[in-house]
Amino acid sequence: MSVRVMTGNDAAATAVKLARTQVIAAYPITPQSPVVESLSTWVESGELPAEFVAVESEHSALSVCIGASTVGARAFTATSANGLAYMTEQVWWAAGARLPIVMCVANRAMAAPWSVLNDQQDSMSVRDAGWVQLYCRDNQEILDTTVQAFHIAEELNAPVMVCYDGFLLSHTMMPVDVPDAGTVDGFLPPRTAPLQIVDTADPRNVGPVTLADPRPDADGVLQPGYMEFRAMHHAALLEALDAVPAADRAWAGITGRSSGGLLSEYLLDDADTVLVAAGSLVTQLTLVADGLRAEGVRAGVLGIRCYRPFPAEALRDRLAGRSLAVVFDKALSYGYQGPICEDLKAALYDGGDSPAVHGVVCGLGGRDVTPVQLASAVREARADLEAGMRDRAPHWIGLVEGSMR
Amino acid sequence: MTRVTELPDAEHLLSGNRACAGCGIGTGLRAITKALDGRMVLVNPASCLTVLGGMYPISSLDVPWVNVAFPSTAASAAGVRAGLRALGRDGEMTVLAMAGDGGTADIGIQALSGAAERNDDFIYVCYDNEAYMNTGTQRSGSTPAGARTTTTMAGKRENPKDVPAIMEAHGVPYVASTSAAFPTDVYDKVVRAREMSGLRYIHMNTPCPSGWSFDPKDSISIGKLAVDAGVVVLYEIVDGVFRLTGRSKSLAKAGLQVPVAEYVAGQGRFKTLGEAELAGVQRWVEERWSAYVARDAAGQR
Repeated sequence: MSVRVMTGNDAAATAVKLARTQVIAAYPITPQSPVVESLSTWVESGELPAEFVAVESEHSALSVCIGASTVGARAFTATSANGLAYMTEQVWWAAGARLPIVMCVANRAMAAPWSVLNDQQDSMSVRDAGWVQLYCRDNQEILDTTVQAFHIAEELNAPVMVCYDGFLLSHTMMPVDVPDAGTVDGFLPPRTAPLQIVDTADPRNVGPVTLADPRPDADGVLQPGYMEFRAMHHAALLEALDAVPAADRAWAGITGRSSGGLLSEYLLDDADTVLVAAGSLVTQLTLVADGLRAEGVRAGVLGIRCYRPFPAEALRDRLAGRSLAVVFDKALSYGYQGPICEDLKAALYDGGDSPAVHGVVCGLGGRDVTPVQLASAVREARADLEAGMRDRAPHWIGLVEGSMR
Repeated sequence: MTRVTELPDAEHLLSGNRACAGCGIGTGLRAITKALDGRMVLVNPASCLTVLGGMYPISSLDVPWVNVAFPSTAASAAGVRAGLRALGRDGEMTVLAMAGDGGTADIGIQALSGAAERNDDFIYVCYDNEAYMNTGTQRSGSTPAGARTTTTMAGKRENPKDVPAIMEAHGVPYVASTSAAFPTDVYDKVVRAREMSGLRYIHMNTPCPSGWSFDPKDSISIGKLAVDAGVVVLYEIVDGVFRLTGRSKSLAKAGLQVPVAEYVAGQGRFKTLGEAELAGVQRWVEERWSAYVARDAAGQR
């Protein structure tokens, strides 16, 4: 191992190299581009023996990964924002075809209007597509999580999306402990591709039209209909609730570093007021919790590392008996509320000792979020609860009302 | 030129498939799979070919078949090829992408252009039934002028895109135009493409009884009429050198045998075609035909 100072994008690219990825396809988009610049350089120099396909769009980037993964290769792509939206058809396809593709998303705001800066609207918008979604707090977690993502994906035959905040992590230098190749090889053996089905000696028709109902094959054996395939896919995603922490534990056993499995925690054990978020905001909230503790507020932090599958049971367990959860979303389901907030409320519904959940929308389009603002939002939420509000519309941090005409 | 009696006996497209009676795709695909001797993986988007393949868990082709998203055919094929190469399985099989005219000239052209520019290593066959037949005969970029479709009830006004010319402009090593009505022409072109590497593009006309509105028994004769009238031209461009092939080669000496009027007469889709429009199509065909013949002659020198 060696500690190197690198950006989040470098950490992602380094992990992809350490994972001995075989096929890489990508299309440039800010702030993801440096990931594939590094990878293409390493492929060209021979440092990474892989196929690099420089495609003409994000749709084709994921299409190349789908083709390569179908024949059994370990495949990777990366994107952001509108790039992810452009490939959305293939995001669904990769999941439905049960392909263990890994994709990094350097989180960026969706246009219009254009913004190249960070929020999490892009990946949150494809939360229902059937991928495992993991969010990273810092650059070390980007490297660790990206290596683990291949392990998880190939165990479940489901794709994994590794999400990290654009610019805040993608372009920010931090010390990252880089494991040596042997360490990663021990954790991540070559893909065995049990579902490898492209073989002229045993021809199969992969992904054909499937009827609503199960149907017997030529030997009279009943085979799944569309709905059975979807149920099996759903079951695989639920298995990730075990597979994600297991991969984290195995990785910790080798490297001594855990990212928390499904959730990360800070000062949670005796916390009465719990600050909930995903991504780099979780790191920032630890400072806020420290500050609030100094004021006498028993604050703690619960970070969502695994957003899909949603760790509802773990959240219910860790939030039972608390009085308030304040959820900070860098995304919004327009006309409703923040996605993490709504999911958390659903997870806690009808729990006898569940906390009140108050949502906060912040950081859209790269709007700076300061610890002072975050602490103030927590104080407001506590005051609202004391005033008897167990539910409320989401509060927005830092809106300049006078500019909205 | 291979004779019909010389085609390999082994069949890879099985009987009982779901193609419409008289569908040109079946005839063409049968010749293609014979030319590749079954050592292929078919990459195929949503299209009539998907229907021909049958519904899970029954399949009508005994070669590997990977279904892919509509706009993604060429990129998916590039991925299949990259994956096989990364796994050291490069020599095992030919990657054959096969999409319809809508999947090629319209929604798939971006991915196809990207793959052509990179000269990715696979054969791409566009089977051209000249409209979105799988969804019920809507116009495509490859629908000929004058043809009635469910979105051009008065007849399409525009001429079709010349996709082989677009592919030639990308500088790919092999471009061909063929017709399922001439299975040996299809066979020979796929054999020639098989022996080359890089992106090889074959445009295959496939008469469509339901979409063009003719009796299924006339599928081959209408396909042949299209060639005799010069509407469909059989040719290939190998490393930039153009030559007419088969029936079209013969016609270069003998001249076109029938007017467009005779070709359109047997098809219900042209029943709204007026005389002035027909004359326009005839002129368009003759101009193209003259250019092809001139290029063929130039290639001989």
